[in-house]
Amino acid sequence: MVRDTTIGSRLFDAALIVILCVITISCILPIWYTFCLSLSSKSAAAAGLVWLWPVDFNTGSYRQIMSDTQFFRSFWISIQRVVLGGLLNFIVVALTAFPLSRSPREFRQRNALMWILVFTMLFNGGLIPLYLTVKSLGLINNIWALVLTEGAHGLVFNVILTVNFFRNLPKELEEAALVDGAGPWRILTQLFVPLSVPVLATVTLFSIVSHWNEFLYGLIFATREEFYPLQTYIQQLVIVFNPNIINEEQMKMMAELSNRTLNAAKIFIAMIPVLIVYPFLQRYFIHGITLGSVKE
Amino acid sequence: MKSKGYVKHYILMLLPGYIWVAVFCIFPMFGIVIAFQDFNPSKGMLGSEWIGLGTFRYMFELEDTKQIFFNTLFIACMKIIGNLLVPLIFALMLNELRIMILKRTIQTIVYLPHFLSWVILGGIILDIFSYDGPVNQILSVFGLKEPILFFAKPEIFPFFVAGSDVWKEFGFNTIIYLAALTGINPALYEAAAIDGAGRFRGLWHITLPGIRTTAVLLAVLSLGKILNAGFDQVFNLYNPLVYSTGDIIDTWVYRVGLLDLQYELATAVGLLKSVVGLIMITISYGLAYKLTNYRIF
Repeated sequence: MVRDTTIGSRLFDAALIVILCVITISCILPIWYTFCLSLSSKSAAAAGLVWLWPVDFNTGSYRQIMSDTQFFRSFWISIQRVVLGGLLNFIVVALTAFPLSRSPREFRQRNALMWILVFTMLFNGGLIPLYLTVKSLGLINNIWALVLTEGAHGLVFNVILTVNFFRNLPKELEEAALVDGAGPWRILTQLFVPLSVPVLATVTLFSIVSHWNEFLYGLIFATREEFYPLQTYIQQLVIVFNPNIINEEQMKMMAELSNRTLNAAKIFIAMIPVLIVYPFLQRYFIHGITLGSVKE
Repeated sequence: MKSKGYVKHYILMLLPGYIWVAVFCIFPMFGIVIAFQDFNPSKGMLGSEWIGLGTFRYMFELEDTKQIFFNTLFIACMKIIGNLLVPLIFALMLNELRIMILKRTIQTIVYLPHFLSWVILGGIILDIFSYDGPVNQILSVFGLKEPILFFAKPEIFPFFVAGSDVWKEFGFNTIIYLAALTGINPALYEAAAIDGAGRFRGLWHITLPGIRTTAVLLAVLSLGKILNAGFDQVFNLYNPLVYSTGDIIDTWVYRVGLLDLQYELATAVGLLKSVVGLIMITISYGLAYKLTNYRIF
């Protein structure tokens, strides 16, 4: 690129760097602050002494969480949900996307089947019918209610992304496999899946993150606390408002009663799994999204 | 090709996915009949008595309904505009940055909030903006006498919701613009520079036209979100003091339907939202196809 080295241009560069850095820091500062708060003492937090470094460093909040059995139960439910949901999503996306990536000449019903999926993205019955459906299936207080409801919504989007990716794979490879006598199952498992790592990794990671983050289904499909996934637990015990608040005074009182360091520690622990998969997400998702959205 | 006989294998492959979608996406669609019934949970959808449009008439008489539709529309429109413009500006700024390491570091960091849930970010935001939280302390240094209870002020709540959503999503929304920017041929800039164009003329005559199609496409597609004000976010940030401006269709449906057990009313409002959403998305896809030749598959 040709370089423009006038003074105005250099000043512009400097201003650009400052603005971009400020914006970028605003994205991680709140997370760092929460971390510092979780490692500070209760009194320091209440006095507002904690800024960007822990004050009166202590791990009391984390020790307190260690003895909170409900926290661990919820954590375990979330882990199960993520593993089941991620695995199921991977298998079903690959299985569903393969036939739908065929041309209508090879698979006549392909377009009609595709439109059915698109329609489920455009229209839904709303929250109440979904709730009644799950209830009539007897899935209340059952991990599968969490896995299957959240999974179904992501599934359609993931299938469409993967179909578009599959369609861009070179036709010659498939023809060579056909000549060698491979059937559709072998073409899918030994050719398409290995060639589609970027997009399959993307949709699996998306599904893992969405299962981990989802809290509403955990709330409405569980009647007892012990069936809450972690996000629901935090929603209900850390940030839920009192539905009977009628004025600002009550709100101030509630704020004073809350244990800020303990809450910060819970929030931070609930963030860790996302922070762990984030580097893997980084590696695949940009590639996966841009490739999957390109059509022939 | 000899793949003609494979159709039965294809159907077999499709079965699990389509059964899954049928049970959890398509079957609940039939549940909208509840809106036209005097629903009795023990009798179910088939046994309950039909009452026609009574629920809808009641719905349009309620003051609540107008308010929540207005709130939803207001918040959603602010989010749509913010989520189109801020990522565009950010992408353009990032594109002008010449230090590659810094550029990559910034990109790595700004995607992060997108992947954190509103439960987590809600918890963090409520603390930071709380009565004795850091924001009020900073403001007191600048001479504010009485701390502000940010989440008790209905007049700022919608702007707060829109602003925090743009903050969470701008990094992720930048990706698609950056992809479009890499598609611009660098030779164009060199040719322009030889012809005497400075940086800003390059930006105006090459960069902006280069991403115009992408920007139009995103703008058109976002029409479909006109009634999506973001349940997760509002649910985690609001409280009864800001219901007047912050209560949206989805949170209202949750409270009226699942807490007050008024299934018919909640389903009717949900249905109205779904129908408006369907119309808007269909229009937006039609426009996107016409303007930019966009296809879903």
